[in-house]
Amino acid sequence: MGGNTKKTVPDAAALPNEGAAPLSGNEAIARGAWEGGVRVAAAYPGTPSTEILEALAEYPRDDVHAQWSTNEKVAVDVAIGASFSGVRALSAMKHVGLNVAADALMSQTYIGVNGGLVLAVADDPGIHSSQNEQDTRLFARFAQVPVLEPSDAEEARIFTALAFEISEEFDTPVILRSTTRLSHTRSTVSLQPRVEKDGGEFVDDPVKNVIIPAHARRRHPLVLEREAALERYFDDSPLTRWEKGSTDYGIITHSTAYAYVKEVAPDAHVLKLGASYPLARETVRKFCDSVTRVIVVEELEPLLETEIRAMGIVIEGKDFVPRAGELSPEIVRGALAEAGLIPAEDAPLALDAVAELARPPVLCAGCPHMTSYFTARNLGARITGDIGCYTLAALDPLQAIDTTVAMGSGIGNAVGMAMSGTEEKPIVATIGDSTFLHSGIPPLIDAIYNQANITVLLLDNHITAMTGGQDHPGTGRTLAGEEVTAVDYEKIVRALGVEFVRHVDPYDMSDVQRTCADAIAFEGVSVVIADRPCVLDPVKIKGPALNVKEENCTACQACMNIGCPAITWSDTLFEGHHKVCIDEEMCIGCTLCAQLCTSGCITVPEATVAASA
Amino acid sequence: MSEPTNVLIVGVGGQGVIMLSKVLATLCQERGLAVKQSEVHGMAKRGGAVFSHVRFGEQVWSPTIPKGKADLLIALEWAEALRWLDYLEPEHGVLIADTKRIVPPFSCRDRRVGATSSYVEGAPAEVIEQVAEGYALDASGMARELGNERAANTVLLGALSTKLPFSEDEWRGTLSRFVPPKTVKVNRAAFDEGRDWVSGRRDGEAPTAPELPDMISRARPGAGEQLDIEIVPEWCKGCDICVRICPERCLALNSEQVVVLIDRKACTGCRLCEWLCPDFAIAVRHSYVAEAVA
Repeated sequence: MGGNTKKTVPDAAALPNEGAAPLSGNEAIARGAWEGGVRVAAAYPGTPSTEILEALAEYPRDDVHAQWSTNEKVAVDVAIGASFSGVRALSAMKHVGLNVAADALMSQTYIGVNGGLVLAVADDPGIHSSQNEQDTRLFARFAQVPVLEPSDAEEARIFTALAFEISEEFDTPVILRSTTRLSHTRSTVSLQPRVEKDGGEFVDDPVKNVIIPAHARRRHPLVLEREAALERYFDDSPLTRWEKGSTDYGIITHSTAYAYVKEVAPDAHVLKLGASYPLARETVRKFCDSVTRVIVVEELEPLLETEIRAMGIVIEGKDFVPRAGELSPEIVRGALAEAGLIPAEDAPLALDAVAELARPPVLCAGCPHMTSYFTARNLGARITGDIGCYTLAALDPLQAIDTTVAMGSGIGNAVGMAMSGTEEKPIVATIGDSTFLHSGIPPLIDAIYNQANITVLLLDNHITAMTGGQDHPGTGRTLAGEEVTAVDYEKIVRALGVEFVRHVDPYDMSDVQRTCADAIAFEGVSVVIADRPCVLDPVKIKGPALNVKEENCTACQACMNIGCPAITWSDTLFEGHHKVCIDEEMCIGCTLCAQLCTSGCITVPEATVAASA
Repeated sequence: MSEPTNVLIVGVGGQGVIMLSKVLATLCQERGLAVKQSEVHGMAKRGGAVFSHVRFGEQVWSPTIPKGKADLLIALEWAEALRWLDYLEPEHGVLIADTKRIVPPFSCRDRRVGATSSYVEGAPAEVIEQVAEGYALDASGMARELGNERAANTVLLGALSTKLPFSEDEWRGTLSRFVPPKTVKVNRAAFDEGRDWVSGRRDGEAPTAPELPDMISRARPGAGEQLDIEIVPEWCKGCDICVRICPERCLALNSEQVVVLIDRKACTGCRLCEWLCPDFAIAVRHSYVAEAVA
């Protein structure tokens, strides 16, 4: 069967307190946090970090409060607040989420913690589902907070629990860095009972907790002292592991790169750094002195390499190991061979490579976003996009997004275009419901305030869809499943001062077209709310499939212009062009293709019509 | 220390790649073996390619299988089997693939007369010839006959089960915990079907790859095709409908608000403009039609 991929640990609370279980890296981070006594956890969903909070939400509510927050900054602030109140707190995010939360982190590094504070940040080397592959370890150095880097799920559990201890002992936020490969790899994790921390309390200490200039000046030297103390701690900690080998060279490595090193050079001397920052310099120096040659195998940026070079030690690294992209056993093998450390492998007797078939992700059959982008393109608009499923509308055949930058950027970009004076097309900003709540409201206020002549298409599909269907303040449900008041977008938008606000149903193509034309004609900021639930989440929508009366199809393929994956070529031709057919399994019966059909050949099956009449 | 066993499971979002790999990983874990199962999802639900690496043995380091090292390649879709073929160990690797074809919308984008789908070539029998040991079966068809095409992945699991050292009972026990209760029966049947097919128990013969029909009929080549767009400027009122609806964006309005063809090469002759023009001001002339009439 298709299988349920959403809930990977349906009953985390039911996991025993001993023995072992196969857990993904994300589930292991959640387990480690729970075992470490976390009381409050907050996050905004983001691949590959999303399942950390989903897994935490499965533990008893009395142990841990887990919540979706409106964005990563808010989530980190919530965790900081819980820490102020003396309990252990965690916030999870993807690498670019830390950019959003950076402001709070950069203050909190001076303030420190009361209850242990851990930020679980999942990087995406290889850019499987992100806009960049920034290296969070550089952020840790920037913020002068320690960064722990597990290499597998078991370490993810242990390091997460340990991160709370380090946080409290050294009065610092701690970053636990994962990567896509770790977060989404399942391996055996041993299970331990929860260490319950006695209830903490708020500690009155304004010089520490209120970070005004006078206080900050006193705190900064303490941050530097803390950094030195952490360096000594990591020198002696089992996090820094020297594995004796039989080679005359040595490898310094971290994170999942360690697994690749062990795969291809099992006999090498290895220094595995469980914390990349602050660097355990004394151990590193001893290690380097013990071998004739040292190569650093690290994924993405040469953080370790730069730090070690700064100690005056001659090492190698990025001359052989690529700086862009995800590492793999093959790449590490190639790098070590090129460096002359291991013999080059004979070219394997590889099977003939077959030309690859492009199979990018596409909008779903019946996706309401199809209408919004089809219409905006037809109206000849300059279209700014945002982050979400709808970014897929940039691809063939819709090709309806001109720019995409970062979460919440689309509206601000549109304002800038309107002010540039060079844009002749009408300017339409498109943004999803969850992204709008995340960071779309301040730029909309900016648009009103500065009287930009733009149209905002708010694509409300009632869910955070791209990350797998998470609730948000607009859905009226929390992560724990409680019913709450849902955000009323129209009220928000009107309160900001938008005069032109209309609701449209994306399954009524002509209404969307007319309304968007009116919105574009309106002088000033206009908002059109395209209101239809996602076809996948929270419930999978499946109506009766449409079919094509093949004898009437004139092969114009107009229906294929919306990019619905349920429509494809049939075997029969008309004037040399392929007629179309509809995949019954995929079609959900949204009728958008029928609304575009020029010959009226796409219909609801008669039997269904009779049944519903 | 012995090398781990590497199983690469591939397919298209929604087919059940992750479910298969979880069954296998759980089975290994319960046997006390070290196991790593690595996947990249996030795009899975949206029709993208999905793959899952399962490695097990005494000790497993890398979560991913190096190229050319997969002992088993399980493909739930034909083009995906071909995409990952270079991961298969060339001397003893076993390929088990469903011959089902899921044609992505991207491969049907060419509107020109005589266009063919860009779906990969490669007949099952030829591919099976290339690999050390290979099975191409119509798992989806088998599952459909059993009453649920979505159980095709379980047919492949049955086939896989004959190649790994776990007992039939262990497989069945683990499988039944991963499928919805209502579908346990059909999944059991699907498992047996795949097992029997590979072991040749069915019909008492060695399994052979099914012949696949040409997926898209190869239409007559478009070379030499003559296309003419005739525009009657006096009839055009500049309503813009054809300009907006043209999928190839090869029409535009000129300074007099009359439609003109700006990119003759891009025009595929789909006739959308002709059919939608309220004023009959635009017509597409196909040499194909002329030939057919003559």
